[in-house]
Amino acid sequence: MAKVRKIIKSIKVDADRCNGCRGCEIACSAFHAEPKYSSVNPARSRIRVITHRLQDIWLPVFAGGYTPTECAGRDIYTIDGKEYDECGFCRAACPSRDMFKEPDSGLPLKCDMCEGEDEPLCVQWCLTDVLVYEEREVWVDEETEGKKQEELDIGLESLADKYGLDQLKDAMARMTTKE
Amino acid sequence: MRYAEMGYHLEIDLATGNVEKVETDPKLTELYLGGLGTSVKQHWDRVPPEVKPFDDENILIFSTGLFNGTPAFSANRTVVSFISPQSELLAYPMMGGFWSAELKHAGYDKIIFSNKSPDWVYLWVKDDKVEIRDARHLKGKGALEVQDLIRDELNEPNAQVAAIGLAGENRCFTASIEQGRSSASRLGGGAIMGDKKIKAVAVRGTRDVHLADGARFFELMQEVKEYIKFRNANPIPDVMTILSGIGSPQEMVHTDEKWHTESFSWGNARNRRKGFWTEDIEKSWKSTQLSAIKRLISCYNCPQSCGALIDVENLPRYMMKCFSKLTYSMAAYVDNLAFGFKIVQRAQEYGVDGFSTPQILAFAVELKENGILTDKDFEGCPPDEDKEGRFFWLLDRLAHREGIGDILADGTYWAAKRIGNGAEEYAHNNIKKHEQLPIKLSMLDPLYYLMYATNEKISITQIEGNWPQAPFPKREQRERFVKDWPQLPDEKFKQYFIDWELRGDNSIPHFPTPPMCSEIVDWMEMLHNIDDALGLCAGMASFCLKPPYHINNYHKLISAATGMDIDRDELKRKVNRSRNLHRALNNRRGMSRKDEKPPKDHWRHRFPELEEELLTTYYTYKGWNYDGIPTRERLHELDLDYVADDLEQRGILKDGQGQKDHQEHQG
Repeated sequence: MAKVRKIIKSIKVDADRCNGCRGCEIACSAFHAEPKYSSVNPARSRIRVITHRLQDIWLPVFAGGYTPTECAGRDIYTIDGKEYDECGFCRAACPSRDMFKEPDSGLPLKCDMCEGEDEPLCVQWCLTDVLVYEEREVWVDEETEGKKQEELDIGLESLADKYGLDQLKDAMARMTTKE
Repeated sequence: MRYAEMGYHLEIDLATGNVEKVETDPKLTELYLGGLGTSVKQHWDRVPPEVKPFDDENILIFSTGLFNGTPAFSANRTVVSFISPQSELLAYPMMGGFWSAELKHAGYDKIIFSNKSPDWVYLWVKDDKVEIRDARHLKGKGALEVQDLIRDELNEPNAQVAAIGLAGENRCFTASIEQGRSSASRLGGGAIMGDKKIKAVAVRGTRDVHLADGARFFELMQEVKEYIKFRNANPIPDVMTILSGIGSPQEMVHTDEKWHTESFSWGNARNRRKGFWTEDIEKSWKSTQLSAIKRLISCYNCPQSCGALIDVENLPRYMMKCFSKLTYSMAAYVDNLAFGFKIVQRAQEYGVDGFSTPQILAFAVELKENGILTDKDFEGCPPDEDKEGRFFWLLDRLAHREGIGDILADGTYWAAKRIGNGAEEYAHNNIKKHEQLPIKLSMLDPLYYLMYATNEKISITQIEGNWPQAPFPKREQRERFVKDWPQLPDEKFKQYFIDWELRGDNSIPHFPTPPMCSEIVDWMEMLHNIDDALGLCAGMASFCLKPPYHINNYHKLISAATGMDIDRDELKRKVNRSRNLHRALNNRRGMSRKDEKPPKDHWRHRFPELEEELLTTYYTYKGWNYDGIPTRERLHELDLDYVADDLEQRGILKDGQGQKDHQEHQG
């Protein structure tokens, strides 16, 4: 199968080095201000340092995708004796919390890796080397028509198994009419 | 739109519970910048000199500086100002941490408390919502513990909380205001909070702080950032480690304490412990420190990590910074550093100043050893050989104001007066009634003489920083040092430094000469005043050698942040204005030349005539009369005619009293 080149942008987070200064939040919010650099507001930042000082928790987390529904269950992690908030590591802007939402409009925020910059601003302004930007080149399978068809067949088969072929056909008919 | 500042104060009347959001006059920023500068103006306008520290009329201001909440690295100071119960003058201890930026983001530059609450309260500020909340259930809680209790009960994990402990509740004169890893410790701000029955001030903000020319500000910060990286990679050679870097003195990083432990005078600022730093001590102290420190931590937006999270012997964790690591152990003559870490935990929960308090406890021990305090005063105290237990016992008494602790809680000056019977001789390390750093040196240093005597900070570090503490032994070293020194206000200072020698004609006390000393001290004081107006950590500016922020880049940053477009001279004028207003305020409260005295035993070799000359030369340089009061001419130059009028009306400044007055005294 043919391979295609893909660039994976990532920010490596060495939370053990974090001194909790929140400079990343400041730089992020300034970069994304309109006009650029005209204001600062960590509440608008797409990176947040989750902090519980006495528990020795300083955890930079980046804003990921928006989700309209919150998870049905929650996780509470304990690592090296430190208990992290439920959803502590989650990057989603979701209804369960204020994080990664514009404080005035509530619109979700998402890290865009500071498009156009050599490195995201949070990385540039982190002088304690907690955040390190990395671009990785990977070669992935090219998505062929044959592969797509194979995935569709698997999906349909599983639905037919679950609901029966007749119900699936009815559903397909309804969807076709709608379109 | 207001830039860098938010343009609003919160006025809290504790007696009526009235809360007002008051728009401020932008003119005040043009005149006095912000932070300490604009706070001094509030105190001048609103607190007549007759007001005593514990009067209703003694307002308490929590102020941000102009740069808090901007991207300026290390702009995280909160200036707390009030008339001090200890000095009875205007005090302005500062704390780092995270509080000031949070207040800015909530939409305010200052919170101004007036009058007193009938019962215990705390203030909760979240953007537009401001509540005075019941704190009766929090009375007696530790200054650190209560911060988390408040965050929990508000369900606001990101709120920043400044709080007092038992010492503040009991109006101990050295009570501090604690906030996360920082505290506003000096001169009794905690006591004023306690007097007003404010247990804590909690803030959370989600608003924008605007910059006039953000792109330019970031460009300038880029230069600052590169210089910080350079300085962190290139410590200054030829000075001791503690002075070689930037940031607050790196007490949490460095484990070699030979210099501090052997050069300072311990107990009640009495004796140097030469030979203290043995191999055994070095080994045990290093291992204690490394095992107690869980992580090195910073204040808001600062790349340095001057503080640490401390976990010692299963006590509740806390955060430490700077010099309190040593002060209790050394004051108690306990050679075990673990004791220092343990007692600071308790002292922080009580909320007491880590500089004054150990001296006060050692003062009590000394009074007992000399028969001025008796066994009766120490009833219930562990035996003398249990030095650790004795210090814990004294600390408990002080914070609770129990027995002898009730007297000690006022600090050595006032305690000695109350104890009498010769106790005053033991309150020997004060300036303007306030305990000083325990340093006792040999030869009078003219620069430090002026700094100690004249600055309104009246505090440990006074106003030193940009000028080296001592000359370098070799000319080549001095030449190397001055070669790359962009922080200087004038090239002539390079020659002063090259000519300054350890011994001979060009050494202390006669060199730098009084006029040179005046220029150097005035420069350093100005830098401190700028930092205190901007809310910058002095460790990245005025209090360190070759710092990232200095007289040649502040004005550019201020212009970009505020849009005021000021040059270096205009910046100097602004801070000189607030500095002279501050002096006049203290003059109005009775302070003058008679009070401007470092401790008698600070140096072994004193030179009364030279000291007088130094003071007079410096006063003249500053535009102050013989008594240390700004002249009408000086006040007029700084648009402070209203101050001159006031001082004249009160008879503090006589009509026409100015330079002529100096000539008469000199003549």
